[in-house]
Amino acid sequence: MPRSLCVLILVLIVLHQDNWFWTDDRLVFGFMPIGLFYHACISIAAAGVWWWATIKCWPRDLERSSSTEEQSS
Amino acid sequence: MIQLYIISGYLSLLLLLGLFASRFFSGTSKDYMLASHSIGPFLLLMSLFGTTMTAFALVGSTGEAFKQGIGVYGMLASSSGIIHSLCFFVLGVKLWSLGHKYGYRTQIQFFRDRLESDKIGLLLFPVLVGLVIPYLLIGVMASGGVINGVTQGSVVEGKVVNATFEEGTFPDFLEQGEKGFAVDGSKGGVPRPLASLAICAVVLIYVFFGGMRGTAWANAFQTIVFMILGLVAFVVIAKQLGGQDSLLANLREVATHVSYEKVTRVNISKLQFFTYLLIPFSVGMFPHLFQHWLTAKSASSFKLPVVAHPVFIMIVWVPCVLIGIWATSDLIQIPPPVKANPNILLPFMVKRLAGPVLGGFLTAGILAAIMSSLDSQFLCIGTMFSTDIVTHYADKDRFSDRQQVLMTRCFIVAIVALTYCFSLFEPRAVFTLGVWCFSGFASLFPLVFASVYWRRLTKAGAYASVLAAICTWAYLFYDSGFASNREYRLDITLSGETYHMMPVVGMFASSLFALVVVSLITKPPSNETLEKFFPTAKS
Repeated sequence: MPRSLCVLILVLIVLHQDNWFWTDDRLVFGFMPIGLFYHACISIAAAGVWWWATIKCWPRDLERSSSTEEQSS
Repeated sequence: MIQLYIISGYLSLLLLLGLFASRFFSGTSKDYMLASHSIGPFLLLMSLFGTTMTAFALVGSTGEAFKQGIGVYGMLASSSGIIHSLCFFVLGVKLWSLGHKYGYRTQIQFFRDRLESDKIGLLLFPVLVGLVIPYLLIGVMASGGVINGVTQGSVVEGKVVNATFEEGTFPDFLEQGEKGFAVDGSKGGVPRPLASLAICAVVLIYVFFGGMRGTAWANAFQTIVFMILGLVAFVVIAKQLGGQDSLLANLREVATHVSYEKVTRVNISKLQFFTYLLIPFSVGMFPHLFQHWLTAKSASSFKLPVVAHPVFIMIVWVPCVLIGIWATSDLIQIPPPVKANPNILLPFMVKRLAGPVLGGFLTAGILAAIMSSLDSQFLCIGTMFSTDIVTHYADKDRFSDRQQVLMTRCFIVAIVALTYCFSLFEPRAVFTLGVWCFSGFASLFPLVFASVYWRRLTKAGAYASVLAAICTWAYLFYDSGFASNREYRLDITLSGETYHMMPVVGMFASSLFALVVVSLITKPPSNETLEKFFPTAKS
């Protein structure tokens, strides 16, 4: 797994711990507890990281080797 | 009664879908167990997501948010968005490739090959089945509770009114609880054992006839159903609780009635929150997910599930968590039996706040989430029995392909019957049971990860890891009073301060430690095996 992806995952994990909104009871848009809103954003950020990973770090060798297997069988 | 008709209609639709899928069945065991590696990105996304989202996600998350507040989302939903996709990316694609190359159908086939050990199957088989059964129980128990919850009447001054069925409609052992019909009995709803039986029968029929293709189709359909109906439930409940004109006004009104404890994480320990992060690693060792991974048409089919999974989790969990914390407000009175059993909070809210027609559809949505996991687990255990035990130990060519399909089907029937019988015993909270089950699988994650990425992993290291994981799990499970102690934690005291950790930390650490230490001091795998699983690049 490329180092850049490892770093991004580590960043997500650190951000996930979210000590900063632990006792914050503000409501985003007037209804969403900020702690919940923040973690919903973490979910979207995770999707973004994985989207980047499928473009930049996709294991194309596996793709090629399995299609070669299929052709030979 | 209208809810019951809608639920019955939905279950009939699923049966038709399963039977329709069976028309595409080619008759081979590969087609029955792996849909002939024909599943594309969309179906793979829906089936992986539907399989990982269980009663635990809908019923359990609402109930747990009711008890603990919004922290439940961070503990299991946003963490799963990171870790599940990580597992799909680093394990799913790689294992799919190996499975495709060497014809694996189950995890155990892979481990036997990779570890050069036939007997590892005999160790892993009872461990994996033993951990899947509580997972199955979660679904079977929750489905019974949900159907009973929405069809039962209300208790007014000790009497049941507006019930679907009169007292005496069913035999006493079905409708009378320990304390009586109106206290912990069926309260005029479909008795739980009967409701669970109906769900088991429906899932059994479409898995029996449709195999993996039927399961994938049913999962996709049910995932769409529960995602849409979950959002509808959210809007309807917000409207009923808020009593305002617009959705936003309702949401704002309801939010102002929720207490400080529920909109923050003041009652959750920071270390405990962090250690929850280990639990989603269970996905890497779920045998039913392994089987779903193998159904993929190509490695590229994984891209959509990897990216969309975190967003899908958010779409399902955020409304459930909000409904859970709203239930703590003074806008709705939650009766003591519901407070005592958070599993039935969501059906209670749906029944109380949605009309009978909508309530029926929303219940179908909750059942969809439950059944979309049950089906894969039943199919997986049937596949493991026939592939890893019977066919593996029989003489070569002892069983024809058709006989293998028949055996798988017979095992599926047996495991459904066994699970149903277990579900009749004293129910535990869905969330608590789920956490224990996931913790067990998570503690086996080091094994699967090392099998794929660490050349130095040895047979002895693998045995040590599995034994360490399972012994630690068994000890902690026993120490927690077999999950009866919902607050069970591992405590460490440093400088006079006590820190709380989830039990999974102990299991994971012991499994990882045993794996690394024993592998390093024992003989490495043969060159032939290393070349098979870690081929050197050829120019």
